[in-house]
Amino acid sequence: MSEYIEHDVQGVSAGIVEKQYFEAEELVLDNGQALGPVIIAYETHGRLNADRDNVIWICHALTGDSHVAGYYSEEDEKPGWWDFMVGPGKGIDTDRYFVVCSNVLGSCQGSTGPGSINPETGNPYGLNFPVLTLGDMVKAQKALLDHLGIRKITAVVGGSVGGMQVLEWCLRYPEFVRAAIPIAATTRHSALAIAFNEVARQAIMADPNWNHGDYYFGNKPDLGLAVARMIGHITYLSDESMRLKFGRRLQDKFDFSYNFEADFQVESYLRYQGKKFVERFDANSFLYITKAADYYDLGQEHGRGSVVDAFAKTRARYLVISFTSDWLYPTYQSREMVKAMKKSGLEVSFCEIEASWGHDAFLLPSTTLSNMINGFLYNVSSQYAPQ
Amino acid sequence: MSLPNTHRNDLRYDLRLISSLISSSSRVLGLGCGEGELLHSLKTQKDSLCTGIELDADLVSKGVAKGLNIVQGDLNEEMEDYGDKTFDYVVLSQTLQQIFDPARVIRSMLRIGHKGIVSFPNFSHFENRCQLFFKGKAPVSSQLPYQWHNTPNIRVITIRDFREYAREVGFTILEEIAINTDNNDKSGRRIRFLSNLRATYGIFLIGEPA
Repeated sequence: MSEYIEHDVQGVSAGIVEKQYFEAEELVLDNGQALGPVIIAYETHGRLNADRDNVIWICHALTGDSHVAGYYSEEDEKPGWWDFMVGPGKGIDTDRYFVVCSNVLGSCQGSTGPGSINPETGNPYGLNFPVLTLGDMVKAQKALLDHLGIRKITAVVGGSVGGMQVLEWCLRYPEFVRAAIPIAATTRHSALAIAFNEVARQAIMADPNWNHGDYYFGNKPDLGLAVARMIGHITYLSDESMRLKFGRRLQDKFDFSYNFEADFQVESYLRYQGKKFVERFDANSFLYITKAADYYDLGQEHGRGSVVDAFAKTRARYLVISFTSDWLYPTYQSREMVKAMKKSGLEVSFCEIEASWGHDAFLLPSTTLSNMINGFLYNVSSQYAPQ
Repeated sequence: MSLPNTHRNDLRYDLRLISSLISSSSRVLGLGCGEGELLHSLKTQKDSLCTGIELDADLVSKGVAKGLNIVQGDLNEEMEDYGDKTFDYVVLSQTLQQIFDPARVIRSMLRIGHKGIVSFPNFSHFENRCQLFFKGKAPVSSQLPYQWHNTPNIRVITIRDFREYAREVGFTILEEIAINTDNNDKSGRRIRFLSNLRATYGIFLIGEPA
């Protein structure tokens, strides 16, 4: 979820890419409410084939955006959040596939969210923005898919909350999805995951600047949002990764300050991550998206409480991936979905990758991850290639 | 990224014989399938619908990269998720000697599959007997390359033991293939006479009692 982890550019870059926008007049949400107009920011890589089906649909995580790979300009310092995975000859090969990634509904990176202008009032929605579900986010993506004239998706791919959207795609639009790769995902949040999200939300709402979500014309709840991000970062790492990365090392000093400054490197890192985050993210979007993720319960929504019954409605071939050190969506949660997929008679692969980097491991270059995804996609797409 | 291309003839000799027992377009589950050499061959050459179970994540990732469906996990636990007779064949290739509760595994195999195929290195091959008899040492061979202290093989099985085991556990041996292989197992021949003495591997097609 900390999408902008620094990493080396691996292999050839996807090149310069442009953020594009799609506008839908109206979207009817799961709660029956009509929202409109809805703008969805997205980017694409590669070329759509004549059959309009060589599509890899990527879902970003909680605070990510549509900028999945490549650079916006020559001067751009950082590539998109999954640059090591998406590009010519990479795990998701843009020479072969048409890759689409859009910013989720409710976010703030170009798509309509609580910070957008409410046409009825001429002011930002704030808390008047409707409560969203992950299903609504996927519904908005489907509208974009229709707009782009895509006939079938070779695979929907995503990590974390993006992985939950991958599952929702399979359930909501089974006829469109040939394969799915949910990575470090879950069918529903555990109490632990909800607890972390709630503390993060409370940090935002306790900031006096939050002002019940009405802050767009004054000071923003930067302190609350920064603390929320700090909590998030702890959940994306692991005991092991923090020990390796920081230990008890001090930041630019030889002794403690004894005055509550950031003495330890880990403190300094979290403060930096928090500070950086407020420059690019809207606090209300954070509230809406985390709540949508917390509410999500695949078995409850699609199988009357049974994950098996829910998956029985899907047709995709699955590759489920988890990481050993992920304590936010631990492996047992991936195993539960694999079990349900097996019981539903679906084609499924599962691999738990050994990684010390916690939940964020999917955002870090890994040959194992890239090779596995590459081979899986190649096999799925060859199955449907014209003979 | 280059994609692996396993040709049927690259298959180990024992796996080729296992493959010969499996009819085309079957549903096959491979237990302890490694990176899926056999399954890949069955999928590409015999149009089988293959699934594998493997504990080692590295091998799983390699098998998945070949386009196979492989679930990482413990084979006893993973088998429980499948309904009765989900598969035409359930294959346990060279893993029986490493299993704690073989009867449980074989019963599960025959619950979820119509037929089972079990193969294992024959511990009573004459070279092994000689090492024990003349040198007084635990046998080490190309089929059993480990020392007593680092071997994953916790069971010592012979072809004759397996026949007796079938009566004890209550399953039927539908076909028995004894083979003698060369050092790297690439080639070999079938042994029809004194197999318990002369064969390096036993391969058994098994089913529920008639």
